[in-house]
Amino acid sequence: MTAVIVVTRRGIAGHFLIMSVTSSNMKSLIKDEKIIRIGVAIAGILLLPLFAFPYQASSIPSSQLLNPEELVKLLQSSAGEKPLIIQVGSHVLYTQAHVPGSEYIGPASSESGLQQLRKRVEPLPRDKFIVIYCGCCPWSHCPNVKPAHDALRALGFTNVKVLYISDNFGANWVDKRDPTAKGE
Amino acid sequence: MNRHRDTSPSLRITSAEHPFAPEFSLPDLTGKTLKLSDYRGKVVLLDFWATWCDPCREEIPQFVELQNKLGDQGFQIIGVSVDDGPEPVRDFSRQFKMNYPVVMGNAQIGELYGGVLGLPIAFVIGRDGRIYSKHIGATDISLFNREIEGLLQAQGPFPASK
Repeated sequence: MTAVIVVTRRGIAGHFLIMSVTSSNMKSLIKDEKIIRIGVAIAGILLLPLFAFPYQASSIPSSQLLNPEELVKLLQSSAGEKPLIIQVGSHVLYTQAHVPGSEYIGPASSESGLQQLRKRVEPLPRDKFIVIYCGCCPWSHCPNVKPAHDALRALGFTNVKVLYISDNFGANWVDKRDPTAKGE
Repeated sequence: MNRHRDTSPSLRITSAEHPFAPEFSLPDLTGKTLKLSDYRGKVVLLDFWATWCDPCREEIPQFVELQNKLGDQGFQIIGVSVDDGPEPVRDFSRQFKMNYPVVMGNAQIGELYGGVLGLPIAFVIGRDGRIYSKHIGATDISLFNREIEGLLQAQGPFPASK
């Protein structure tokens, strides 16, 4: 199959259309449409971000992030609302070490994990302070925090923070001797 | 040394400290019990991973190639999945044509190996059953290739410095 980007001037309300074509339908399209062939290489460049970084933890706004130091202060403080803390990554990693008081839901990169997350938070007031975290792998490669963040925002939660873990939970939390719990 | 951050191309354990790889016994994807000690005499790459871990997914096809290339020289990869259940792992194994055994990991094996608190983590174990290197995070396959070939050829412990 030849993959190209076909930009035409037709479409609903005169909008541009972008579509892929096969060699079998290309001839009819060329006959009827004014086509600008951009080429596979450019198509790849344009579409690469969608496929290379589908989870894009990096796209979570910085205003929604919480550094480990900030969370430690919250945990140790006697004042203020304590957040509901949810780990949205690996159960094996969670049982070895997790933020004290946090709950395990399931990898939010899976639909079953997201369902568990939605089920857990559904009864809660939408201004509930919630912190989610994973720590499986480097931030830009984490497949779990962005889907979890998106799911909570879609449910209407307005006070969600994501614990920013740059490398992994071991390096950025445990090794810094931040408070840690084990087990279920 | 921060044991969870691979700040150098290879996080090496010095020649003075090559501990024995902790023994474990876990079921593989067919339900059969796999013991690490069954592979004594082979060079083993023990890889902790998960199906949803992107860096792991990038490494595994390269591991499949490495197993094909070096398997008949006494090299064996063992995958330890930290997925919550075996079903997605079986699907993944079929899709990626994994040609080495995969066991389902748990917190106990994680703690035996010093804490698996990030993915992927890979240990290179010599024929003598000792750990010669540990790699945290995705690692260039050429580095694995060099270490493993060195251990396959070595008569004694793999030299710590190059």
